[in-house]
Amino acid sequence: MTLVFPKGSLSAFPKHLTPDYRSTVKRSPSKPLVVVPHTLSELTGPVYGHDAVQESDADLTKQHNGEPLGERIIVHGHVLDEDKRPVPDTLVEIWQANACGRYVHNVDQHPAPLDPNFTGAGRIITDKKGYYRFITVKPGAYPWGNHHNAWRPNHIHFSVFGHSFLSRLVTQMYFPGDYLFPFDPIFNSVTDEKARQRMVSKFDLENTIPDWALCFRFDIVLRGHEATPRDADKH
Amino acid sequence: MSEITPSQTVGPFFAYGLAPHSRCDWKPSDVYDWKETAGANLVTSDASGTKIRIEGQVLDGDGMPINDAMLEVWQADAQGRYAHPRDRRTRPNTKFMGFGRSATDKNGAFSFDTIKPGPVPGPNGKLQAPHIVFCIFSRGMLRQIYTRLYFADEAANESDPILTLVPSDRRGTLIAHKELRGDLRVYRFNIRVQGESETVFFDI
Repeated sequence: MTLVFPKGSLSAFPKHLTPDYRSTVKRSPSKPLVVVPHTLSELTGPVYGHDAVQESDADLTKQHNGEPLGERIIVHGHVLDEDKRPVPDTLVEIWQANACGRYVHNVDQHPAPLDPNFTGAGRIITDKKGYYRFITVKPGAYPWGNHHNAWRPNHIHFSVFGHSFLSRLVTQMYFPGDYLFPFDPIFNSVTDEKARQRMVSKFDLENTIPDWALCFRFDIVLRGHEATPRDADKH
Repeated sequence: MSEITPSQTVGPFFAYGLAPHSRCDWKPSDVYDWKETAGANLVTSDASGTKIRIEGQVLDGDGMPINDAMLEVWQADAQGRYAHPRDRRTRPNTKFMGFGRSATDKNGAFSFDTIKPGPVPGPNGKLQAPHIVFCIFSRGMLRQIYTRLYFADEAANESDPILTLVPSDRRGTLIAHKELRGDLRVYRFNIRVQGESETVFFDI
């Protein structure tokens, strides 16, 4: 399997400069990016073994003495490449606000309570089928200073590695039907409606555990697909 | 074919999950035992080569420090080999992974302790000059940006197949300069995200 990473796959990504999200104005490159070929330096990337994390790291409700407050949920899915093949043995990291919409971070000054039983960090290495599964609580919405009455939709931050440094992805997983979607410049920085929907998890009744926790499915597709003869000509 | 999941910003609050023991100040008190999957020290006791430190600052379009960026570095070992199955050359059996991660502190500063990488294979059978790939994430960046650090004291920079694609008047933004501090070899590498002396970022 020789993966290639054509730039066309990135077409749905947000633009670096997206003025509705104010912080991009001074933090986006203003000069043209320099086009260079992919070398071994880009086509490789960090490889984590299953000993890099502990099994308990994937359950965010069991990191303290008591259970966190809020709506317990399961978030699971597969990490896939562009050919829909599983990406096994790859590190998936998440972080999120607690059920009240407050992060364990001193920069977060939202006057909502911290939960002594919730930190909000989790991680797992995908199995041979690219599968991951977290147990957590549903994060709350929270205000931010981007514009008047700005609130972030409920979301969980995801960081995924994949097969090379080119497949590296940091994104956010949203929840279906969020009423804040139309007003959020970060969500709408992805201008294509279908592409935006790829960041929205699906409610998964089949894997919801009766009398215990709702389940959401979030499949993540990373850059990279099998080289075809045509791709080979280009390189 | 399946279409990829779009990128979103890392936001300002990643530190407790991704870089808990970094130099950034995310939580003033308390002990936090979340082990880092990768940190700012890449050196392993079994890795051969020259120990170096990379130091720098990340600055925005106004020249102000970006105090909530996350940097990831990826590099070959001293023999120019990547710890990845796609690099099929024989590797010495060491634990050197070549990946590091750090948040910036309140001054936008970061540092990495590592081993100076060797030259690595490039396009058309040519060697690339020793370099480190940088990937930068932060609040206000909806997608990561990639750059490369090259070493000022490498003659091979002149013929590097990637560096020579960069307009000559901007190449200097990718060159780290050495400062000797006692026995420590420090390479200074500032990253200017935007503006007149903007660092070169790559479209890859």
